[in-house]
Amino acid sequence: MSFLRLERLAKTYPDGTRAVDGVDFSADEGEFVVLLGPSGCGKTTTLRMIAGLELPSGGAIRLAGRDITRLRPSQRDIGMVFQFYALYPHLRVGANIGFPLRAAGLTAGAIEERVGAVAAQMGLAPLLGLYPRQLSGGDQQKVSLARAIVRRPALFLMDEPLGTLDADQRLAMRELIRAVQRESRVTTIYVTHDQEEAMSLADRIVVMSGGRIRQVGTPADIYDRPADRFVAAFVGSPGMNFIACTVAGINGKLQLISESGQLRLDVPLPTAPRAPTTPSAGDARATLGIRCEHVHVDANGPIVGRVVSDQYLGSARLLHVDTPCGRLMLRAESALSRGPGAELRLSLDASHASVFDGATEARW
Amino acid sequence: MSGSAVRDALDTVGLSTAGAPSPRASSGSAPFFSVRGVSKRFGAVRALEHVDLDLGSDELLVVLGPTGAGKTTLLRTIAGLERPDTGSLRMRGGEITGLSPAERDVALVFQNFSLYPRWTVRKNLEFPLRAPGRNVPPAEIQRRIEWAAELLNITRYLDREASRLSGGEMQRVAIGRAIVRRPKLFLMDEPLTNLDAKLREVLRVELVQLRRELQTPMIFVTHDQAEALSMADRVVVLAEGRVLQVGTPREIYERPVSPVVALQLGQPAINLLRVRREGGQWLSTDGTPLLAVADTGSADTSPADTSPAEGLLGVRPEHLSLDGGSLAPQGVVVSVEYIGPTTTLLVEWAGARVHIVLPRRAAPRPGDRIRPRIDAARAVFFPPEGAPRLPGSAEPTFLDRGSARRSDPSHASSLSSAAHPTFHPPTKDMP
Repeated sequence: MSFLRLERLAKTYPDGTRAVDGVDFSADEGEFVVLLGPSGCGKTTTLRMIAGLELPSGGAIRLAGRDITRLRPSQRDIGMVFQFYALYPHLRVGANIGFPLRAAGLTAGAIEERVGAVAAQMGLAPLLGLYPRQLSGGDQQKVSLARAIVRRPALFLMDEPLGTLDADQRLAMRELIRAVQRESRVTTIYVTHDQEEAMSLADRIVVMSGGRIRQVGTPADIYDRPADRFVAAFVGSPGMNFIACTVAGINGKLQLISESGQLRLDVPLPTAPRAPTTPSAGDARATLGIRCEHVHVDANGPIVGRVVSDQYLGSARLLHVDTPCGRLMLRAESALSRGPGAELRLSLDASHASVFDGATEARW
Repeated sequence: MSGSAVRDALDTVGLSTAGAPSPRASSGSAPFFSVRGVSKRFGAVRALEHVDLDLGSDELLVVLGPTGAGKTTLLRTIAGLERPDTGSLRMRGGEITGLSPAERDVALVFQNFSLYPRWTVRKNLEFPLRAPGRNVPPAEIQRRIEWAAELLNITRYLDREASRLSGGEMQRVAIGRAIVRRPKLFLMDEPLTNLDAKLREVLRVELVQLRRELQTPMIFVTHDQAEALSMADRVVVLAEGRVLQVGTPREIYERPVSPVVALQLGQPAINLLRVRREGGQWLSTDGTPLLAVADTGSADTSPADTSPAEGLLGVRPEHLSLDGGSLAPQGVVVSVEYIGPTTTLLVEWAGARVHIVLPRRAAPRPGDRIRPRIDAARAVFFPPEGAPRLPGSAEPTFLDRGSARRSDPSHASSLSSAAHPTFHPPTKDMP
């Protein structure tokens, strides 16, 4: 049985805005679930409803078998980590971490023991006597994380907690959060708009847009088998390439021809259970989706293109190439620079392709 | 003014970037804009310390540095919003240090979208052209607005109120407001920082293309190494008010002049392993043999050599692999990050924590024992002079790298010292 369960959860604001429009998902005990989507997709509103900071206009929230939909935040046994540090500036690190325990009425000895254990686990022990202003931004985040976990809540909620950090601190903090979560096994719901953060942290990702769920799955599921075009474009850096096609026939494989006519591709027939109808040959329209690592520079490739952008990324290059099939992005060896204007031939690795319905944009 | 006229006017301007460890002017022509010996203090705070840099007439220069490095002060000084305490600024060879911002004819785009929220997009775009003394005829104003809107793909928002736009749309309009003026120079202060990750990716490409089409030079300030790598023609690495290195993204990524610079570029950051020389091997702090000295030493590996007996070995995460062989020292996987095409491992190895980036599915799991191998040809050796205390090795905690860079006082000395790393072998086709 699931530990946290959201049932047809909805939030409509007085002005009629449907921020969350019937969200259903569940998290198992100890699971790390990331709500991922662009600004305004409803992910933060969903999290705030779980926390009790917003009341739903419909649906229910169950935690450990208990209906908490209408409970006050303090009755829910939830630890929340916000984007900002929100440490008490006049309290030392130790007192900041111990604050929730003091509020809960634990004895001084018990507080000291719990604070000491958490501080040791997170490498904060040498900092316990300092004030927040004496810490780096990363250490302040660590303290706010320590303060959230010291209570051992039933559920952690994190709302873009890394948003204010530099890139290298974000990576270190990701590793810290994951290690702490894995050790504590506290079920965690984490909100972000950053797909890389979601992929790196989550056991499962819930992709949202327009107040609705687009897909729930493991990072590999979401990356390899996106449920629709939106997910395919949103997840991945960069998002998937798309080529508008028509279905020429089915002969053990799906035979696609790009609308430009330049490209013919045989794609393995979709086996996903979600396929609404078997695509029919003839004038059916489809969109071929292919990740940039499955597009290759290939002197004998069928697609001719011209480089419009060549970004050096250190370990690789990201090329944007205009072709009759549209703009394609691909990763290339970092040593070889191809300036804008260079001509290339490309091939696609069809065994890794996704196919989306031309009209509904859902995965076949 | 034609390109050759610019060059003629600039013939007298030197190209040297004295003080910068790796001087390099773009495309060999005289700089369009130059900063010489600029220092600026705010009270006791030294914001800029003898900064030199050159900008080519068709170049995108990215100034990269952590918070507090002096990036924004440098940009504001170039814009004319701050007066330098010492030093000079030249544009097309002419001294402009004393000129007002308007006289310099540069356009500045900020991190915050700074539009008039109740005005329409059109009115926001018209505003700089209607400024007193600019005298742009109405028909020309219309033409330029339509041109800018087309370029930035905001034509359909022209009559919408700015407050009703999304962050990305607002930043496009802010950029539009900069380009309608046709300034001589674009100055961008972290313009993408407040946008969603996805949008940042898109706008990076768009900005580079836009700048190329306009053929107007740009100085772009950021703390985001991915922006610097992917957008820059050249990168200026700034820290604590000083220029640490100037070069193409590739030069700086592959040949950083110091550990501090090496840590600025690359995500995950470069691994820095403290090593000492013993019996022809580089040993880690716990005595693990990592590499033969001959593999990294280049010129100074003769038996009676005078090369340093210790230092830092810099290894990019993608230059570690798992095929170290059965005799190689073992490491333990601490954590695994799966990110699309690649997987990042955090590994307890040789008395340190190192990151290893692998092609995706090859990845082991937390707790697995692995035998890493360093790609010796790509490793960088930093001698100890001025090398910072090694983040991550003495006390293995997760955040040492980020916090050490900010708080370790030994960095201050390393910035001014001449750390000359040894490379072996030199990369064949370095531009």
